[in-house]
Amino acid sequence: MKNDPIIEFKDFSFQYYAQAEPTLHNINLTIHKGEKILIAGASGSGKSTLGNCINGLIPFSMKGEIQGSLIVNGKETRDQSIFELSSTVGTVLQDPDGQFIGLSAGEDIAFALENECTPEGSMKEIVHKAAAIVGMDKLLSSAPQELSGGQKQRVSFAGVMVHDVDILLFDEPLASLDPLTGKTAIDLIDKIKNQYDKTVIIIEHRLEDVLYRDVDRIVVMSDGRIVADMTPDQIMSRSILPPLGIREPLYIGALRAAKVTITEDIHPGRLETLYIAKVKDRLKAWNAAQVTQPEENKRPPILEIEHLNFSYSRRRKIIKDVSMKIHQGEMVAIVGTNGAGKSTLAKLLCGFVKEDSGRILLDGKDMAGLSIKERSAYIGYVMQNPNQMICKPMIYDEIALGLRLRGVDEETIAARVDETMKICSLSPFRKWPISALSFGQKKRVTIASILVMNPKVIILDEPTAGQDYRRYTEIMEFLRSLNQLGVTIIMITHDMHLMLEYTTRAFVFSDGMMIKEGRPSEILSDIEISDRASLKVTSLYELAQKAGIEDGEGFVLSFIQRDKEVAL
Amino acid sequence: MMKSKLFDYVEKDNIIYNLTGFTKFICFILLSASVMFSYDIRFIIGVGTISFIILRVADIRLKRIRMMLIYVSVFIILNFVLTFIFSPRYGETLYGSFHPIFSFSEHYTLSYEQLLYQLTKSAKYASAIPIGILFFLATNPSEFAASLNKAGLSYKAAYPVSLTLRYFPEMIRNYNDIALAQQSRGLDLSKKEKFMTRVKNTVNICFPLILVTLDRIEIVTNAMDLRGFGKSRRRTWYSAKPMATRDWIAIILCFLVLSTSILLSVFINHSRFWNPFS
Repeated sequence: MKNDPIIEFKDFSFQYYAQAEPTLHNINLTIHKGEKILIAGASGSGKSTLGNCINGLIPFSMKGEIQGSLIVNGKETRDQSIFELSSTVGTVLQDPDGQFIGLSAGEDIAFALENECTPEGSMKEIVHKAAAIVGMDKLLSSAPQELSGGQKQRVSFAGVMVHDVDILLFDEPLASLDPLTGKTAIDLIDKIKNQYDKTVIIIEHRLEDVLYRDVDRIVVMSDGRIVADMTPDQIMSRSILPPLGIREPLYIGALRAAKVTITEDIHPGRLETLYIAKVKDRLKAWNAAQVTQPEENKRPPILEIEHLNFSYSRRRKIIKDVSMKIHQGEMVAIVGTNGAGKSTLAKLLCGFVKEDSGRILLDGKDMAGLSIKERSAYIGYVMQNPNQMICKPMIYDEIALGLRLRGVDEETIAARVDETMKICSLSPFRKWPISALSFGQKKRVTIASILVMNPKVIILDEPTAGQDYRRYTEIMEFLRSLNQLGVTIIMITHDMHLMLEYTTRAFVFSDGMMIKEGRPSEILSDIEISDRASLKVTSLYELAQKAGIEDGEGFVLSFIQRDKEVAL
Repeated sequence: MMKSKLFDYVEKDNIIYNLTGFTKFICFILLSASVMFSYDIRFIIGVGTISFIILRVADIRLKRIRMMLIYVSVFIILNFVLTFIFSPRYGETLYGSFHPIFSFSEHYTLSYEQLLYQLTKSAKYASAIPIGILFFLATNPSEFAASLNKAGLSYKAAYPVSLTLRYFPEMIRNYNDIALAQQSRGLDLSKKEKFMTRVKNTVNICFPLILVTLDRIEIVTNAMDLRGFGKSRRRTWYSAKPMATRDWIAIILCFLVLSTSILLSVFINHSRFWNPFS
């Protein structure tokens, strides 16, 4: 019965009551039982709205006007209720922490059962079964703060598996996971789909990571419309993704660079299926023609960390004997799993916490004894979520805040804020309220509010988390331009693309120690280090290996350097 | 991180923790009512002693509740002093006799009656508090929500209790993060700054905290909707425990304590007050 349609959009449009324009236009899409579909699109393309129409949040929780028809499991959604739909469609939301409702894993998994008045005895049994499917049955009594992001996501996953739902809907499942955990999540989704014969819909803009396992079709959305509905092979052989603000897999970029004509019959949809024999020679020839010169950094160090140790309590050391040097004007990444000590290092640099032993030197001067406020004149810290930083309703006031708190006179402030706004391309928004800005623009405001104080070093925590390719590029190009003005930039990140494309060096942390420093291309070609830091070896390296190119790292480096040149 | 620990529920395996939330809730009400009703200091001290013993049995360390005890003691002492300042002769009206001990002035004369009245009142607070602490710390918040629901409260009203406890530690963490980031922009929250400026600076932290929390509420609401919260008029509870014999025994015992409190008043004291002066 594989061919029975289970979801059918017919001339479907949707408009939120609060909005002037429809968010979805004239959608026609049929999804059959047992299919695995990837819905891709940039932020604001309507892909999440499409998902919310399927699970019933639209129109039951988020109000708006529907035109046309959407049939899920044989019935118009608007004639069902969100509860009826939730027994057909199981949704795992993006934020693993926010959707964790219970006080323990078991309780969270049971949430849907509780609401259905399942008797307490049989509830425990069902919960245990569902938890076993996702491998969480040993951790049922764990509290949310004891679980990692990936484990929390598994709990949410089990929470929808307590019902025998037909459709599993994942809304950006990779957004808050590190690369390795993300890979495991994609694997698990695939396993469960095959074992229990579910229909799976994954909404995600990180194509390459989802395509680690096969999907039947990719539906591409843009401006509330479906612009493509094809197999991965078909999508990759046409260059429709980049103009829509979606990143193509890196190995596709490498094939293009090597002037390989990408056609369906080389199966470019996934690296695993790629017919390497056909492209091997071209790749090798291209690689041989590249001359790479690793950039040497001869500038003086700006930040020196010597034998740093730190622990919150005597029992567990968070930072163990870390020494590192960062040079003036560098743009570096600090990578590693959650709890490896990356954020603590940033806190030590900013003076939020004090080291037990060791030294931090800035421009050769020991920073011990400087207060948070004093350090902030040299080192600025930008948090991940701009909403965590913005505390004034107007852009101008927000950027001026730091200077005002330091008692700088208004005339000087006006001049400095103006200049900073110009650098950050915020001048047109001078008189705007912050609430009118997009996420990327807000991020720029928070960076501007730090930049205005003229720090020598800026530390950014996950500068691009959850951003689509277009916004990612916008934020990163902006950071690069700041870097070219001489600001040293340190980024704490999980994003391998970011590392590869925008940094010259990376420091890998694991369990409180710095286990490796080197070129990003080197780190992402090292299986052991990548594993320990919960990263993933880049597909460029895997492509090189497949093609039989010996110096895999050299290949990665050549491609990244060429890519930079093309971008300039 | 450290601050949020105070409110964390830590699972333990002992006779008190193993009672159902419903039992703990009922016992809490019964014991508090018995202490609230009686003005017989002998009885109150008796209940107070029992509740301290229970606190030990439940393995709740003094260290963990030290801060709470300090607050409570300060409150009791303050209350003691203020009661005397505002109504120094109230004991006289209550007990109908007057045995002075010490006189500051005609109005401010301390009598045995006043002393007994005030000590009784303080003892009431002092013995009600450990019962409250016990209930607060030894009850799993979801189980508490479950017991409120079983006691007749609508589950939609009971659930936010557990939800608040779930997200409270996170709000504290968020507050700390935001505070640090703002401090590095030059916001001074230390005592070096003037009081009004500090208040203003705290507002600067609350603004982003509210925004972040509102975002969070939207996600939680959606997650709850998607998993059928509010589907039917009833709901069951994963963390609810079935009533065991020990639960009924505990409830009966607490009921007896309340009965004693009432019987003592009716048959022996012939009033809510124990009057040794007549």
